[in-house]
Amino acid sequence: MKKLMLGNEAVARGLYEAGCSFVSSYPGTPSTEVTECVAKYEEIYAEWAPNEKVAMEAAFGACLAGKRSFCGMKHVGLNVAADPLFTIAYTGVNAGMVIVVADDPGMHSSQNEQDSRHYAIAAKIPMLEPADSAEAIDFVKTAYAISEEYDTPVLLKMCTRIAHSQSVVDTGERVLPPQKPYEKNGGKYIMMPAGARQRHPLVEQRTKALTTYAETAPLNRVEPGRDHSIGIITSSTSYQYVKEVCGDTYPVLKLGLINPLPVEKIKAFAADVEQVIVVEELDGIIETHCRHIGLKVEGKELFSCMGEFSQNLVAEKLGMEKAGGTSLNETIPMRPPVMCAGCPHRGLFYTLKKNKLTVHGDIGCYTLGAVAPLTAIDTTICMGASVSGLHGFNKANEGASDNRTVAVIGDSTFMHSGVTGLINVAYNDSHSTVIILDNSITGMTGHQQNPTTGFNLKGNPCSKIDLEALCRAVGIRRVRVVDPYDLTECDTAIKEELAADEPSVIISRRPCALLKYVKHAGPLTVQTDKCVGCKACMKIGCPAISMVDGKAKIDNTLCTGCGVCSQLCKLGALTPGKEA
Amino acid sequence: MQTKNIMIVGVGGQGTLLASKLLGRLLLSKGYDVKVSEVHGMSQRGGSVVTYVRYGDKVYSPVVDKGEADVIVSFEMLEAARWVEYLRTGGTLITNTQQVNPMPVITGAMAYPENLQEKITALGVQLDAVDALALAEQAGNAKAVNLVLMGRLSRYFDFTEQEWMDAIEQSVPPKFLELNKQAFLLGQAKAN
Repeated sequence: MKKLMLGNEAVARGLYEAGCSFVSSYPGTPSTEVTECVAKYEEIYAEWAPNEKVAMEAAFGACLAGKRSFCGMKHVGLNVAADPLFTIAYTGVNAGMVIVVADDPGMHSSQNEQDSRHYAIAAKIPMLEPADSAEAIDFVKTAYAISEEYDTPVLLKMCTRIAHSQSVVDTGERVLPPQKPYEKNGGKYIMMPAGARQRHPLVEQRTKALTTYAETAPLNRVEPGRDHSIGIITSSTSYQYVKEVCGDTYPVLKLGLINPLPVEKIKAFAADVEQVIVVEELDGIIETHCRHIGLKVEGKELFSCMGEFSQNLVAEKLGMEKAGGTSLNETIPMRPPVMCAGCPHRGLFYTLKKNKLTVHGDIGCYTLGAVAPLTAIDTTICMGASVSGLHGFNKANEGASDNRTVAVIGDSTFMHSGVTGLINVAYNDSHSTVIILDNSITGMTGHQQNPTTGFNLKGNPCSKIDLEALCRAVGIRRVRVVDPYDLTECDTAIKEELAADEPSVIISRRPCALLKYVKHAGPLTVQTDKCVGCKACMKIGCPAISMVDGKAKIDNTLCTGCGVCSQLCKLGALTPGKEA
Repeated sequence: MQTKNIMIVGVGGQGTLLASKLLGRLLLSKGYDVKVSEVHGMSQRGGSVVTYVRYGDKVYSPVVDKGEADVIVSFEMLEAARWVEYLRTGGTLITNTQQVNPMPVITGAMAYPENLQEKITALGVQLDAVDALALAEQAGNAKAVNLVLMGRLSRYFDFTEQEWMDAIEQSVPPKFLELNKQAFLLGQAKAN
């Protein structure tokens, strides 16, 4: 039956149909829905791991045990998992293993724009790249076939526009291959120097064999065109923009196997056209390969290595007619994302700003604490960097430290890679104050469970990390919990812990306001006779409060009644309960 | 047929995703090739959001570009103004007249532009403005703005009432089905 399916859901469907039996991932936009969708199939074991490295190693263990396995992550997640990646490239697999990595050109929801294809080349692992949901299903199956035939893990590269676009698919049945017995094979699986030296030549041979496969594989196809003055080599979403603009005007070489790239197929395509143009988002990977095999091509001179493409951009660069619209002749205020009304992080960030602290930030919803009017964050680098960065900052300042520096990190990010930083704080004794923003869920990616929530990916109750005990166990003696809705409590805790002569952890604990089980008090009311329009309540940047005719106004559809604003109103103009 | 382009724009949390899913499902049931491009992640947190719905004999690009949209459905007035450039010449802009202040307006750094309906009409755009919030509240829940606007959009298609109702049934939880159907009908019926 024909269905509309999100690219990520299609990857999950492909995993189901290909007989994948083990999934371990860490959430990250735009990859999260693959694992969320796959968890709905009862036949497949699926879990959230604490981070991508753990997920990849778990998936490798499962393939070693003889079942087809999978792990998924966003582009920056692959940095975390790069360590196992480069070595399982040497060991190869037992049953098939597929890794999804989702890039985010344009940085819709990411801290950088790295191109994951570099990893496939660097780790010498084959990489497939689908251009729509139907291909996503097919390519997952092909990826497992390649994995088992060539004895290698296989990367499947998604990008935001493929991952988060629905297109039409035909679904098939699940075919479950029998479990492959595990056989001891130290030469293959123990990567000590002597063993690894034996494996490396096999990796090089494998790449040669895969290059031969790439010459004839249906993954790479030539689509004929009428006009041979130009030939276009492209893949993924860029292929869709090219076809949208050119139709069947120019011949197109559409690449589905991105590593290794074919040689003869590309040379033959180039020989059949007057000029070759490579259209690829981010870096010039295909272009560099073409030049390396001695072809004259155009690529990054025309198409930027930054941001996303679109049909208008491709049309313009190819010198074709493009559409254009008319805009209003005035500045439209931007609408940046904001912390939700009732967000438990807001009160804490207000306190940090009020105390004029230097704040080492991390990755999650709370990164929005950097946005006006809170502007309470100094740095955002990567998962876990707040805690370790704070330690270095404080050590460098030792003796001269003014005790005005903290780290903020969410519960899921702390589990991911914050705890190792905290171990360093304790072990090497920096007088750091780490604030764990425990909203009892992985928020930004859309409410995924994690080791602190007490539930697993399938929604079943499971062991729950005791954050206080964990912090004490690594050597932090000062651990306290505050309610971020209580501004006085937050202020006192932060002042006291900064003044302490040893490392400390403050756990700012309250569940995400969007969680279904969280009950809200209901909207506040503005006592208009008391409100003088001083805007003290506006300092917290709550989207539910605005000023209308010189008085505060509460948006009843947004306000949860958290009461943080009312603690800022010295006139008592914000009171519980909806306006009568 | 040439590919048709619809954009659904609004503020994160307003229910634009459900609207685009509903529309995509209906268009697929009519035998079209369809692509629906969504927004997930950070911008969903109260930011400006856009989803694209494209349909025709064969659809390639998942996104709609400037000057291409046949219809834009906007859940909020400022977002209508922001995305109007994506409308093709002679295109239609259906908009909720509701105003949701963005953070730069809340903090007082910028003003919410005035007379947006007049300014948009002056561009030669066919503007179809409706107070979708009032109609959603009339249907029983302010969150049903998305179905009110889908009802409005249905006036520009030749699909039967039953076809729309089937798509709604497949897209919303049973608990809210009657409320959503009511919101759809109110949006559809409201005269200019």
